[in-house]
Parts: sequence; C-alpha cells; structure tokens
Amino acid sequence: MTLTTTADSWSFLLAVILGVPALGAVVVALLPASRDRQARIVATVFAAVTFLLTIAPVFFRDRAGGWSAFGDVPQLIPWVNLDLPWVPALGLDFHLGVDAVSYPLIVLTGLLTLLCCAYTVKKVPEAGAGRTLAALLLVLEVGVLGTFLALDLILFFVFFEVVLLPMFAVIAGWGGPDRRRAARKFVLYTLAGSVLLLLGVIIVVSRAGTGDLIVLTGSPPLSRGTQCLVFALLAVAFAVKAPLWPLHTWLPDAHTEAPTVGSVILAGVLLKMGTYGLIRVGVGVAPDGAAWAAPVLGVLAVVAILAGSLICLRQRELKRLIAYSSVGHMGFVLLGIATLTVTGIQAALIGNVAHGLITGLLFFLVGTIKDRTGTGSIDQLSGLREQAPRLAGLLGFAAVASLGLPGLAGFWGEAFAVVAAVQAGGPFWLTCAALAAVGGALTAAYFLRLLRRVTHGPATPVVRAMRPSIAAAEWFAWAPLVLLTLVVGLAPALILSGTALPIVDLLGGSR
Amino acid sequence: MSSQAVGHLALLPLYAAAGTAILALLADLVTGRRAVIAGATLLGTLATAAAALVAVSADPTFCATGGCSWIPSWPAATTAVLFAGLTAGVLAFSLPALRLGIAPAGEFCFLLACSMTGGVTVAYAGDLITLIVGLETLTLPLYVLVGLRRFAPGERVTTAGASASVTFFLVSVVSTAVALLGVALNYAATGAVHLASLGPGPGPFAQLAGVGAALLVIGLAFKVAAVPLHAWAPATYDGAPVPVAAYLSTASKLGGVLALAAVVSRLDTRAVVVVLAVLTMTIGNLVALRQTRMVRLLAWSSVAQAGYILAALAPGEPGVAAALVYAAFFVVLELIAFGAVVALRLPGADGGEIADYRGAGRRKPWLGAALVLAFAGLAGLPPGLAGLFAKVSVVDALVDAGWIWLAGVVVLNAVIALAYYVRVSATLYTLPARIGISVTDPVLLDEAVHPSLPVPRAVAVALAGAVAVAVVLGFAPQVLFDAFS
Repeated sequence: MTLTTTADSWSFLLAVILGVPALGAVVVALLPASRDRQARIVATVFAAVTFLLTIAPVFFRDRAGGWSAFGDVPQLIPWVNLDLPWVPALGLDFHLGVDAVSYPLIVLTGLLTLLCCAYTVKKVPEAGAGRTLAALLLVLEVGVLGTFLALDLILFFVFFEVVLLPMFAVIAGWGGPDRRRAARKFVLYTLAGSVLLLLGVIIVVSRAGTGDLIVLTGSPPLSRGTQCLVFALLAVAFAVKAPLWPLHTWLPDAHTEAPTVGSVILAGVLLKMGTYGLIRVGVGVAPDGAAWAAPVLGVLAVVAILAGSLICLRQRELKRLIAYSSVGHMGFVLLGIATLTVTGIQAALIGNVAHGLITGLLFFLVGTIKDRTGTGSIDQLSGLREQAPRLAGLLGFAAVASLGLPGLAGFWGEAFAVVAAVQAGGPFWLTCAALAAVGGALTAAYFLRLLRRVTHGPATPVVRAMRPSIAAAEWFAWAPLVLLTLVVGLAPALILSGTALPIVDLLGGSR
Repeated sequence: MSSQAVGHLALLPLYAAAGTAILALLADLVTGRRAVIAGATLLGTLATAAAALVAVSADPTFCATGGCSWIPSWPAATTAVLFAGLTAGVLAFSLPALRLGIAPAGEFCFLLACSMTGGVTVAYAGDLITLIVGLETLTLPLYVLVGLRRFAPGERVTTAGASASVTFFLVSVVSTAVALLGVALNYAATGAVHLASLGPGPGPFAQLAGVGAALLVIGLAFKVAAVPLHAWAPATYDGAPVPVAAYLSTASKLGGVLALAAVVSRLDTRAVVVVLAVLTMTIGNLVALRQTRMVRLLAWSSVAQAGYILAALAPGEPGVAAALVYAAFFVVLELIAFGAVVALRLPGADGGEIADYRGAGRRKPWLGAALVLAFAGLAGLPPGLAGLFAKVSVVDALVDAGWIWLAGVVVLNAVIALAYYVRVSATLYTLPARIGISVTDPVLLDEAVHPSLPVPRAVAVALAGAVAVAVVLGFAPQVLFDAFS
C-alpha cells in the first residue's frame, strides 16, 4: 500500500525549495565583510525566490484528487511527493511532500523569512555582522521548511534539529544584555525536547519497520502500549517547542533577549514546528496514544491559556508580555488538537497561521518601539498615540487582532478551539471550553490594558524623544502581515480548504 | 600441526605500516633532514591505507584449528584506513613543533608509525593474543611520545610531559596485566583464544570464563578511559603535546574500541559494559561542565563519548556496527577539534585556558567554523551531520535491541554535553573583554594584542582534509554503515 517514488521532474521542486535558501546562506556567509550591505540584499533576493517557490505547490493540489480510489484505507496523499533513499541503514529516506496541512505553514515560513531578511537590509542589531545574521535566517528557513516538508520520521527529526544552533547563534550573537543566559536556556530546553523526539521516532521506526509517514499515518502498525509510550515522548518533545505550560519557561527569556527578527522567526514559525509536529507526527503516528493522552493535553492547554493570560495582566515588559501571550495562544492551538476532532485540528491549523502573522507583526512593532525609545518597560511608555500615531495605530490593530476580534485572523483559531471542545461533549470538555473562553476574555483584558498604557495617556519623555516616522523597509515588512491578517480573518477558507480529508485521515478515519 | 601457510597479501597493510616505521628510522639515519623523514612517513601512511584497500578481500591467514589470527574484512580495512589517516593528520599537526626542534623528528615519526602498526594489527586481529599484542604495540610508543619534548636553552623546563607519561605508563601496564589475566582465565575455562571460537565456558567452568571475560573487558576499558578507569586520561592529555593528545584521543581510543567490540560481540559481558557505559557518559559529561582548560575539556568530553560507544556495545553483537560507526565519526570530529586547537595556538604551546580562546572565532573565521563544526558534531547536532547520524545510529541500535532505557540515558547525556559545547563555541565569538581604560574600539585593541599568526600550511591542509571527510561522511553516512556491517 505504499505510494513510493513518484519522482517526476516536478517533485524536485521540493528539493529546490530547500536548496535555494541553503545555497543563499553559503553565498551570503562567504561574501567579504566590506560587502555587508550587498550581502544582506543578496540574502533578501534568495529569500524572495524561496518565497515564490513555496507558493508553487498549490498548482499541484488537484493532482492528489483521487481520494476515493483508495477506498477505506485512510492515506496521506501529498500534492507533490519526492522520495529518494538517503541512509538505508537507519531507515532514512529523503522523503518530502506537501499537503493541505503543511502548505499554509510553508508559505508562512517563506513569507516571514523574506520579511525578516528585508528588515535586516535596513536595520542590523549591533554586536554582529549583518550578513551573518541574514545567513543564519536562511539556515533557519531551511530547517523549518524541511520540518514542514518531511514525510519521513527521521528526516523530520534531522530538520527539527537543524534550527537549534542557528537560533542559539541569533539570540547569543545579536540579542540584548542578558543574551548568553537566555540563549543557553533556549538551546538546552529545546534539545531536551528534541532528544525525546529522537527516542520516540526511533521507537516508531524500530517497531513499525518504516519511517514513512504515508504508510504510518492513520493506521500505524503499532501496539497500543507502544503508541502510548511514543505519544508521551513526542508530546513532551513538541510541548517544549510549542511551548506548552509548564515547559514554556525558556520562551519569555529567549524572546526578551532576541533581536527583533529573531523574535519574529521564533514566534512566527519555530513554535509552529511543535504544534505541526504534534498534529502530523504525534496524532498521525500514534492515534491511540493521542486518544489516551488527550485529557491531559486538554487540561495543560487550558492551564496554559489561563496562566498565560494572568501573567500577561501583571507583565511590565513589552516583549515579555507578547511572549507570554504566545503561551496563551499556543494553549488554544493545543486545546484544538487535544479534542482530536476535525474542527479542533482545523482550529489548530488556522490558529497556527494566525498566530504566526499577528505575533510576527507584534514583535516587529514592539521591537521597533524598544529600539527607538531604548526601553521596553510599559511604565515608561505612554502616549504613543500623540507622538507616533501610525505606529500606535498598527500596534492597536495587531493587539485587537491578537485578542481575537471577529473578522481578523486571530478569531477563528480561538473561537473554534472552544467550539470543538464543546462539540467533543461531556462534562470534561465542556469545562475545558468554559475555562478557555474565560481565558479568551482575559486575553482581551490584557491587550486592552496594554493599549491603554502604551498608546493613550500623556507622552513620557522617552516617547516624546522618539522618531515617529515609519521607514520604507518597515512598511515593506509590516504591510503584508497586516493585509494577510485581514484576508485570513475574512476568508479563513484560504487556509482550511482541502484540510478536512487529510485530517480525517490523520485521525485514523474514525471520527 | 603442520607449518602454516602465510598469506602475504593479507599481511600487506601490516608490512606497509611496519615498513613506514623502518623507513622513518632509515631516513633519519641516512639524511637526517626533517622534511625527508616526515615526507617518507606521510607516504608510508598513504601506502598503508592503499594496502588495506588492496588486501580487503584476501584470504585470512595464520589459520589453526579454531580460527584464523589475521582476518581481512571491510571493517578491518576501514579501520586500518582510519588509523593511517589519523597518523597522517597527527603528523601534520606536529610539523610546526618538529620544525622548532621541540621533538626530534626521526624518533617522533618512527614512534608514530610504530603506533600505527599496532593499530593495523588490532584491526585485523583474529585471536585474543594478537589483539593484545596489537594494542600494546599501539600504546607503547605513546608512552614515549607523551613525554618526548626538548627544551630550548633558557626555556623553563617543565616536568608536565614526563609526569603525564609516567601516569599513562603505570595505568596502562596495570590494565594490560588485568586484560591478560582475563584472557588467561578465559582460556583456562574454555580453551579458546581465537575470536571465532570464543563463547561461554562449559558447565563448571562457566563462572571462571565469565570472570575472565569481565576482567578482559575491564582491562580494555582502561584503554578507552571508561569511568571509573579514566583518571589517567585528563592528566595525560593535558600534559602531552596537543597533537599527541589528539592521537591518544582518536587512534588509541579507536584501538580500544575495536578490541572491546571483538570481545563483547562474542562473550556475554553485558552487566559490566552497561555499568561502565552509564557511569562513563554521565560522569564524563558532568565533570566536563566544570573544566576551564581546553584540552581537559576535550579529554572529559572524549571520556563521555567513549560512554556512548560502550552503550552501543552493551547489547553485544547487535550493537557492534553502531559502535564502530560511532567511533569512526567520533575520531574524525575529534581530530578536527584538536587540529583547530593546534592551529589556534603557537607551535608547541599547550591547549591553554578556554578563556584564551575568547574572540578567536572572530579573528580566524575558518578555524572558528571548523571548531564549531567539530563541537556541533560531538554534540550530535547539525551542521555536524556526521555526529548527528552517529548518535542516531547508537540510539537506533539500542532501541532495536530493546534497551530503550539505556537509549534514554544516552539522549539525556547529549543534553548535558551540549551545555559545555555551546559554552566553548560561544566563547569563540564573544567580543573582547572590557578593560579598565576607555578604548574607542575594543576590537582594534584586541587585534593589536592578539597578532594574527599565519596557520602553518601542513596544519591547514590536514585540518581541511579532516573537515572535508567529516562533511562528506555527514551527507553520505551510508558509506560507513556499509563498511561496518
């Protein structure tokens, strides 16, 4: 029942998607120090080409239409599929594929990397060479895209690991005053997660005899006990990355210290590797294990939502506040996954993308405010509206989108996570839904508090001293995020069309 | 027993290696010129590697009832090539020091080639006696190499090298005695010395054979510096010249791993190996966290790495291929790490404090990149793909054999290890420390007080070669898996 080597010439598109940023990273890193600015422009060009390539798989989606032909056997059918042997001794194939679940995240990654590279052309944080930063952004892109594209478990793990050291270098090299400690915390936490992923993945490959996700998805040949063990390992691994309370403590430090582009990539796409992995690998490979652990995940997700919101209500540092709000948003995503329903996982998918867009924008804005005023303390910021009305307006838009205003991208993920929990029924899930809804209200409370403190009121001296205008590079980086937040909010079908069948298949066709 | 037929083709690698040693000695005697001696030795290592590849499918030789004593095979040939490559690399790293006359070139090359001969013998050994003779031939010249240092007139004479040498010598002799006792007890119980006929002892002798096997493993564990038999390693590495420390940490350790693999794949020594493995990786990593000297840090990390190899050997036969693959990846990465240290230091200098390397990666981007590649690989992370696959293969072997808990210990240790690898890697790129007086550009001042010395060409070439091997193996690890399976 395998659907192996469909290596027509188009499938090499996927290898090219990974190859372009990798080549770009090498080229940019090798350019001499005297050509730093040109190197950053070259990096942006490579990122732009990659972004265009990441859009391309959508033109192949119709080819995977032959669904009913496979009858009752649920099967993951990628739009484009590339399967080459790499290390047979370890059961590792270079197997890439795109389907409706991974496609939005792939485009999001291409977009955010492009925006960050473009932003770097204009603004380089002190302390390090700009071209090295741009090269590291491209390496990160390779790792993230590879993770989303991989259809082989060990390959998934390899790409999952690729982002680790580059992100460490971005934080440790270009971050704030306490960057070394924050970077070390980040790298040790996430490695602890990913070694558990290694263990889980190897157990699956050893027991099932294959790491091919097409074969494993839906109806894996694993016993229930193995599935529970594997899911427990994978859930912890992905919970560190996502991050899920109580394994989130690396996130606020990393975000606070990371440079603006680092925060954007970290929140926008790196965290998605955790939630995507949980959906694709965790639920897909060990559905029985997922069903077994779902209540625990649900409780943790609700605690994350509430804890994140409550901490945000007391938070005085802008970047830390946004970081903790990520914990809450990821809580909604995980709640959606924990319900193990089609609605819930669709909510998780759109929540993922919305969070990437909105939080990416928020980190851009907050990073700019922090750069210009020299402080991130909410107590010292006030009256932004008077000094920099455009910036304040954008911040207001992003905050309102993040708190889940209907019509903007943030709404769908949170609302439907709650709806899915209600649909799942039973007192347990109803309680989860109610508590999550309370958390949603708290989210509104802290974002409104943030807006009241920062944009309204009398302007403080630091705010009065700041430069109000928005540079062209900044508009270029922010406008797409604003637009997409609107577009996804108005037409969520853009993300969700075609996801229902793959999700049914992930869930083992049982629900 | 009739007289044995000797298969000279199978012995070709040994002839080449031993010939290299004699050639080095003769070159010293006849010409006395450093370049000729070193060139001859380098050619000899190449010839050894070539001979190993030529003789790969030759028939085993020195056969008696029970088995053969010299068995060519792909794993043997691959490890012989590795020994030759490591010898060539270490020789290249030593050339700047030899040029300064810190050690006599003729003797140095002779001893190094002798050591390589021992390594080749271990790779091909088919019985326990040959194995231990090979291991001793590998180690014996190193006692001298560790302490071999001449001091220029007026230079402060230190005894660090001599004391390192004595430590190494004493521990090693004891370990050999223990291993030999183990062989003897096992022979008394089973009557077998050939690897092919090793097995559990019959009836009443089973326990005696078990004790023999355990003693043999413990004796060999000294060679790979497994905890609690490791105490000699950090002191010896730190006292030895850095290139010799590199040889101790790569070739010498590879020899120990080969010997252990040969034993544990045929005798049931699981209990001993598991205890050694868990202790070695955990204690090696924990102590490495606190090191402030570069070579000591590498020494402790090398102890910990031996623990991963022992872990792969714990299930016995099923883990041997993974252990050998891991060892092969490890020696290449370790050679890069030591090579980068040699290149960053003055010729003949010791490894120094880790703080001395502050900003070194900014001053020398290529060397910094090589060192980061080695550390990433040793930590098992990309861009050190070779190290990543090494770690995956060990975990894979353990899970396949049903030792999931031990795989768990291995991966958790990888997290501890990353803490010190990233600490050192980040130090390489840290901006120069602030000094009391105000300076407009601390980077310029830093460059002024750290003059950029050119990297000796031999060191650069050897390092580039090792990096190339690591990168190629990282993308095509299947080559190694094929060679060792």
